[in-house]
Amino acid sequence: MKREPPQSIADYGPLFFPAGMLLIFFVVPFGTMIAVSFFKRQEGGFYTPAFVFSNYERFLSAFFGGVLGFSLMLAVTVAICCVVLALPFTYLLSRLSRRLQVIWLVGLLSVLSLSEVIIGFAWSTLLSRTAGLSNLFVKIGLLDQPVALFPSFGAVLTGMVYQALPYTILVLYPAIVRLDPTLMEAARTLGSSPIRAFFNVLVPALRNTIMATLIMVFIFALGSYLLPQILGRPQHWTLSVLITDQAIYQSNMPFAAAMAVFLVLVTLGLVALTLLIGRKGEKA
Amino acid sequence: MIRWLKRFYFLVIGLFLSLPLIVVAGVSVNAKQTLAFPPQGFSLSWYGEIFSNTEWRSALIASVVLATTSAALAVLIALPLSWFLWRRIAPWANIFQVLGIAPFTLPPVITALGLLTFWATTGFYGQPWTAVIGHAIFFVTLPLVTLSLGFSAIDRSFVEAAATMGANDRTIFRTVVLPLILPYLVSGYAFAFVLSLNEYIVAYMTVGFTLETLPIKIFNALRYGYTPTMASVTILFVFTAAVIFSLVAKFGDLPKLLGAMASDEP
Repeated sequence: MKREPPQSIADYGPLFFPAGMLLIFFVVPFGTMIAVSFFKRQEGGFYTPAFVFSNYERFLSAFFGGVLGFSLMLAVTVAICCVVLALPFTYLLSRLSRRLQVIWLVGLLSVLSLSEVIIGFAWSTLLSRTAGLSNLFVKIGLLDQPVALFPSFGAVLTGMVYQALPYTILVLYPAIVRLDPTLMEAARTLGSSPIRAFFNVLVPALRNTIMATLIMVFIFALGSYLLPQILGRPQHWTLSVLITDQAIYQSNMPFAAAMAVFLVLVTLGLVALTLLIGRKGEKA
Repeated sequence: MIRWLKRFYFLVIGLFLSLPLIVVAGVSVNAKQTLAFPPQGFSLSWYGEIFSNTEWRSALIASVVLATTSAALAVLIALPLSWFLWRRIAPWANIFQVLGIAPFTLPPVITALGLLTFWATTGFYGQPWTAVIGHAIFFVTLPLVTLSLGFSAIDRSFVEAAATMGANDRTIFRTVVLPLILPYLVSGYAFAFVLSLNEYIVAYMTVGFTLETLPIKIFNALRYGYTPTMASVTILFVFTAAVIFSLVAKFGDLPKLLGAMASDEP
């Protein structure tokens, strides 16, 4: 059966339910959020329709500017750590037998699906004084007595890299699996060591994929909201945490909405950049 | 040397990914109610607690009901959409595919806040079913992606043959297309189910105060300190996810679902 343009209303039938659901429950809520970001807040958690920019002005103040800066810095760091760790790993993974690959993929998917709450809990246990790694260090004589390794910036970073690493590997996986294996073989026959070949042949060949992955992991990390709360101190809170805080605990929906709209703009800008890189990659 | 380096690298990544879970698993079988590793004594009572303690049990039921229904709704949205996009030439309809992928691409707090403002405005805030719709919209991406993959793998000449023999769209869909895409449909459902089971922010922002799912329950409990039940719930969740993904891998082609091309490689 060839694909053909819809002839009658009935041909559009399958589209009605999905289109309706997505329009009503994604597009309309999204629009509502944008509208609310211009509303005026009233005491007691209510808001009245208006068209004011005060929410945005407040967001651009020094404090929230600092939080935004920290969130972006944290997400960039996480993205770089993840790609650096994941790139050689994914390459080695793609070279494994299919059976081993499947086992690794199941493990990665299982970790990827873990709730942030669970990741936060698991790492807070691992970094705790009573049940954590430091006990191990005491046993082998590196430390005199067990210490708590969280809350700290390092703990937040570790937790977030843990959360984003399976995601990074799974994003890199298709591109690396589809890579022409003769590329590496040629480099090897010409006498370069595997590590040299990896950096001089593989990495340049994957340049666009790596850029796109960095941006996708960055967006993924930007969405983290619980790990900074569980593993960090208040100065490690990110924009996502503040949005939740304003919406739920401060009952300031217009302000939360304004921050969320800003976050969308940052994200969309980066998605556009990813697409642009992808298109360039196709041409090359 | 290189071989040794490779093994070491796999070991490091494997340890990094499993160490927190190993410690939590150890903590979950502690005999006493302490946060201690290595475990002191051995007891499975904290696993029993998930089912016997009414609060943990109701959270478990809430999570399972939410995950089964929202994943089903996600499939119901994704299936007709991907069928239409495969069957018809209507480039503008791709916009709905983009809309289906967008919630998953944006930071989750945005979808959550959008739904919160929407439900608050329409007056349904706090109703349990709003979380079902929220999760279905948030996770529709997964069945959408697996189903598009499934449709693109169908040989159109099969369908052509059925059409020549006089089958109409409905019959073709039921007798030819559906059996061919069933593995993709099931794995799309499985992905959405597992992720919904673990999802926190959308559930919390829509029904967090009226319906407590397990991730919400764990987070709330975390604020008041530690109970070993959290550890046993964590292990139960990882175990469930691993079992479901293993089943997907057993009955479907996991590397292909995750974007690798041919299945005839080693």
